[in-house]
Amino acid sequence: MKEFRHLENIVTLEYYREKCVGCGACSTVCPHGVFDQDSGTALLMDRDGCMECGACALNCPTQAISVRSGVGCAKAIFYGWLSAIPFLRRLFVPDACSS
Amino acid sequence: MDRIGVALVRLGIGRDHYRVAPGLYALGEPDAQSPVLVTCNFKLTFDQLRRELAGRPFWLLVVETYGINVWCAAGKRSFSAEEVAGRVRAAGLDKIVTHRDLILPQLAAPGVAVRKLPKLCGFSGVFGPVRAEDLPTFLDAGMQAGPEMRKVRFPLRERLTVALVEVHVARKFMAWALAACLFIAFLGPGGFSLTGVLGAGFAAFGTVVAGFLTGVFLVPAFLRQIPVKAFAAKGLLAGSLTGLALAVLLGRAWPEGAAALMACAAFASWFAMHYTGSTPFTSLSGVDREMRRYMPLQGALLVLAAILWLTWAWWGDTVMGGLS
Ligand code: SF4
Ligand code: SF4
Repeated sequence: MKEFRHLENIVTLEYYREKCVGCGACSTVCPHGVFDQDSGTALLMDRDGCMECGACALNCPTQAISVRSGVGCAKAIFYGWLSAIPFLRRLFVPDACSS
Repeated sequence: MDRIGVALVRLGIGRDHYRVAPGLYALGEPDAQSPVLVTCNFKLTFDQLRRELAGRPFWLLVVETYGINVWCAAGKRSFSAEEVAGRVRAAGLDKIVTHRDLILPQLAAPGVAVRKLPKLCGFSGVFGPVRAEDLPTFLDAGMQAGPEMRKVRFPLRERLTVALVEVHVARKFMAWALAACLFIAFLGPGGFSLTGVLGAGFAAFGTVVAGFLTGVFLVPAFLRQIPVKAFAAKGLLAGSLTGLALAVLLGRAWPEGAAALMACAAFASWFAMHYTGSTPFTSLSGVDREMRRYMPLQGALLVLAAILWLTWAWWGDTVMGGLS
């Protein structure tokens, strides 16, 4: 999103251009316009705009994209940490999203 | 987007009232050539689609997402190619329509690998626009969505509506915070009388509430204007200002004012950081980084605020006496 930006240089999105077959799926599914298409290959336009939703990587037919996707919820991350502690594991589930 | 609906549901009663039974629905008397749209079984999304496409014949294939909206269900992988294919087969869709196209919401893409669909059910999938309101244009253009239809937005009204979700989510936390405030007040600042403890406890709780409102309403409202990137930092900044205003308004001695400011900043930072879960542009890695950086700071500020408040209650008179 051009209008709102989060931290820079932090996302785990990787694009391997040599594997791309230019199908255009990544540009279609990305809600932030991170990829564009030019003469038969995808171009990584705005890496910092990525929110790690994983849509592009899942829909790429040749695994030309990799990203660690997951619930970007502070609560879910926090519970994930707590559930790594043996005693607290019984009280917290890592995937505790509120909606 | 159906986040607004999510907010309403979260504030409302049971989620079960907000589910639609999965399966195929005929809307506006569709025939064998009518388009097939796929969506989640969250009732408000279902209703919204019906509203936006009123007067048009179409088939609506509802998949089981347990009453959760498209985006969250796709993120949790319950809205998946396998689920869609299963519903297509169960409805016998191949005998109902002559074409072989499904229109899926774009925000389902994190869960649905669309290229798997032909093999799984004989239908191919096309991603529609992000917002349901763009569906008529999308359909009229022969299932083409321009780049603007493919991008999420986060306008003010939506930022504040999702804040209501946070109000609901914070209920339990608030109850605990009130108990903690009363307990600390009981340890000294309340002057060891019931009214004193209640007064001091509720004043402290007021600081927590101010921090909450700052983090959840003020920060999102001024998201673009606050000149730092991390949400926790935005909260810290905005919380210091509300804390300062609170301290001046209450007109107490400066150590108490400083404690209020620190606590307010800490809570605003914490809640602003949690608000990231409601935005459509923060990444898992980004939020993770924020938490590792700012949680120690938030904790330290809070402990410092409590210590200051207590010491002032215990030895404030001596200090003031010594000075005069
Ligand atoms: S992970 Fe999501 S936001 Fe990031 S580039 Fe892929 S589709 Fe876009
Ligand atoms: S989805 Fe994969 S193969 Fe298709 S254009 Fe994007 S990177 Fe290239």
